[in-house]
Amino acid sequence: MERNTLSAIELSAKIRAGELTVKQALDDAYARIEAQEPKYNCYISLCKEEAYRAAEEVQARIDSGELKDAPLAGVPVGIKDNMCTKGVRTTCASKMLENFIPPYDATVIRKVQEAGMVITGKLNMDEFAMGSTTETSHFGATKNPCDPTRVPGGSSGGAAAAVAAGENLLTLGSDTGGSIRQPASFCGVTGLKPTYGAVSRYGLVAYASSLDQIGPLANSARDCAAAFLAICGRDEKDSTSMDYTKFTLADVESYDLAGKVIGIPSDYLGEGIDPEVKQAILNAARQFEALGARVEEFAMPIVKYAVPTYYIIASAEACSNLSRYDGIKYGYSAPNPANLRDVYVKTRSEGFGMEVKRRIMLGNFVLSSGYYDAYYNKALKAKKLIQQSFFDAFQKYDMLLGPVAPTTALKIGESLSDPLKMYLGDIYTVMINLAGLPSVSLPCGQSGENLPIGMQLIGKPFDEQSILGAAHRYQTDGRAE
Amino acid sequence: MAYEMVIGLEVHTELATKTKIFCSCPTQFGGEPNTHVCEVCSGMPGTLPVLNKKVVEYAIRTGLATHCNITRLNKFDRKNYFYPDLPKAYQISQLYLPICTEGYVELTGGKKIRIKEIHMEEDAGKLLHDATPDGTLADYNRCGVPLLEIVSEPDFRSAEEVVDYIEKLRAILQFTGVSDCKMQEGSLRADINLSVREKGSDTLGVRTEMKNMNSLRAIARAINSEFERQAEILEDGGKVIQETRRWDDAKGESSGMRSKEDAQDYKYFPEPDLPPIVITDEQIEAIRAQMPELPEDKKRRYMEELGLPEYDTGILTGSVALVELFETVSELCGDAKTTSNFIMGDVMRLLKDAGKQPEEMDFDPAALATLIKLLNGKKISRQTARKVFEKVFSDHIDPEQYIKENKLEIVTDTGAIKPVVEKVIAANEKSVNEYKGGKTQALQYLIGQCMRELRGQAPAQEVTKMLRELLDN
Repeated sequence: MERNTLSAIELSAKIRAGELTVKQALDDAYARIEAQEPKYNCYISLCKEEAYRAAEEVQARIDSGELKDAPLAGVPVGIKDNMCTKGVRTTCASKMLENFIPPYDATVIRKVQEAGMVITGKLNMDEFAMGSTTETSHFGATKNPCDPTRVPGGSSGGAAAAVAAGENLLTLGSDTGGSIRQPASFCGVTGLKPTYGAVSRYGLVAYASSLDQIGPLANSARDCAAAFLAICGRDEKDSTSMDYTKFTLADVESYDLAGKVIGIPSDYLGEGIDPEVKQAILNAARQFEALGARVEEFAMPIVKYAVPTYYIIASAEACSNLSRYDGIKYGYSAPNPANLRDVYVKTRSEGFGMEVKRRIMLGNFVLSSGYYDAYYNKALKAKKLIQQSFFDAFQKYDMLLGPVAPTTALKIGESLSDPLKMYLGDIYTVMINLAGLPSVSLPCGQSGENLPIGMQLIGKPFDEQSILGAAHRYQTDGRAE
Repeated sequence: MAYEMVIGLEVHTELATKTKIFCSCPTQFGGEPNTHVCEVCSGMPGTLPVLNKKVVEYAIRTGLATHCNITRLNKFDRKNYFYPDLPKAYQISQLYLPICTEGYVELTGGKKIRIKEIHMEEDAGKLLHDATPDGTLADYNRCGVPLLEIVSEPDFRSAEEVVDYIEKLRAILQFTGVSDCKMQEGSLRADINLSVREKGSDTLGVRTEMKNMNSLRAIARAINSEFERQAEILEDGGKVIQETRRWDDAKGESSGMRSKEDAQDYKYFPEPDLPPIVITDEQIEAIRAQMPELPEDKKRRYMEELGLPEYDTGILTGSVALVELFETVSELCGDAKTTSNFIMGDVMRLLKDAGKQPEEMDFDPAALATLIKLLNGKKISRQTARKVFEKVFSDHIDPEQYIKENKLEIVTDTGAIKPVVEKVIAANEKSVNEYKGGKTQALQYLIGQCMRELRGQAPAQEVTKMLRELLDN
């Protein structure tokens, strides 16, 4: 089956113009999904029954004219399996929630449905979004459609691979330390990690509450922009969500790089980076210059504290967030416990995988009395310094440019035995979450092994418009719009 | 050796908000298990808390009423521990920046008990151990009911001070409308931290903690028992172990639950799901302006303006229900002094006999006002008023109708008294003769006979006067 080269926006336009029904688009999506799933394992669950029912409703809304200005109406969309879907199981790729069916919808699910998109199913991920390879899933690893011997990245590996495989033109992932951007980079697709607070987290199963954000993955920045505009905004149910001055898709499409100044943190191109990745970033920089921007390197020495700071804060929040999986109310509960303590110990020992347990233990350690100041408190201070260094950089630059990951996609199994190596692979992404900034990851070349290389454009808080605009400009450079 | 007890108190009070602290479920007590729950308060994956602003307002009211500083930048923290009544496995509380600090509550004798801090938090659910033979069931109705934890400094030196403080605090919370403080429903509970030291020493001894005490009587008993236990240990040259103890009120003794070594590490850290709450001067002043008159101000006013005795004002202002009764009745009958006397005497006695709290009174205050008016108008005797009030209190009768039906009005018409007196004189020749022979006690007997015939409904003065007239002539 040929890869679907339409954009999500074009697909919706065809549906809304009556060239194609919502059901036909859904049939096509499921045909592609079913043909490729045996190869890639992007999905944990499909929800065909709900999808076809939704398709009928959306068709009626389109026919009535209600969705005539909804740029993504009718588009089949896949959802990472850590966003609660009422009546459709939400597993977080964990044995712990293998049979958990939420009684409510996440706010983004409601918004996706309001915008006329049709949910095809729930996408594979690292267990509880902890991992960078989608290998820690209880439901088996997802394979990279660009090279099935390689990982798709993670934790939103299913969401990136589904787009790369053409199963979906659009998916939603979540990004706590790079979980949208890094798999987008490994699979050669575009992904947006929005500003912290731009998209409601209500119904997103929490990993690290102060860092988690939901965002779209697609074939282009333009599709990502349309999806972002559909899901962003203040939600009364999420106190950390913010009022958002919405820009329009037209603002993104007409973004002009002339006169803009882009900074490259030189510490993002230093030790540990694959030379091919570095070269691709420098090539992209030249292209941005050709589009009218000025590009400068600058020093950002705080980069070296990013990984430890991130793993302390994320693990601390995770150990608290994951305490609710105790075998009492929902989810896995170990059989035949001898007493209450046994309920907890057995349930959590058997229900969680290795990586999740590792981070829970790390989190408990850094929060325990006697270590709190040495680790957690210190990490909070480092977080402030990281935020400050970005703030300083944005005094000079309109946006920042850098690699997403030091390497291209790793071989399956390569990093599981060496978690520290996997953590170090997050060096360029975690800082963005610590600073709460928006960042878009998009392809910027290929390695000698024909593997995609990704770059990220990092924006000022709530300035998704500029980074999406610049990414769109880059992606349409030399092509007829 | 002489010892003294040193006590600090942590009082938890459930707030009277309509909805829970982080979701819109009702806070109403009782209900079928797990009917006042939603995905938020039952700790479903992916849910987030949204702060009920009323809770902040109530906390500020409490802080102002207890002379506290109000923290301008508030944050919530997570207290992590596993227990089946806590569905998220963490309680959202305030550790680092509590909303109120450094206040006090004044006891009856004028001693001030310092308040260290007041913080906002959520209540946990309840475990039902006996509902099924197969195990324990969890009821999450109470999960997320807002609580204030009011932490005192270790300023108490006796059980009486503790009881007085709780009563004062309860009155403050009730008057400010912050809590209904129904101890029997667990909406006011106290943790007692108690240590013992040589009298005159200024260092603190090793303390024990008794948690979740919810009756004043049990609190007083537990304190005295724990004081004796610790004093005995010290007297024998032993060492008190820092531990949590469980008070068994039926047995009248406490037993150790867990020692400091098993103490939990709650791994507090800032709650990332709730942004900081900034409280402005304007907000505080707006709340201050709406504060109702507090017990201590009412007490002063009752003494100064109404001339009531200090002891009586202390009792009256100890309860919202008594104040409401007092103010309603005295307004209706126009006699604060008699109203106060009636409440202090008859109302308090009947409450005590019925084993009821003032909040449980359910009679019509207007009926009491009517009685006082009849009494003041000399339409009924004090004794009748007391008897009729008993009926008002327990059976909600209409006093005027009841008095009429039972002919309890005072007979002031001398024409009605005279035949009765004549009848008594005729029937008691012996006593009449004794009186005439100079035995004045005989007159008392005759008065008594007359009053009995009149069923007490005539002024004794009138009867005496009439008797004398008839006998002396």
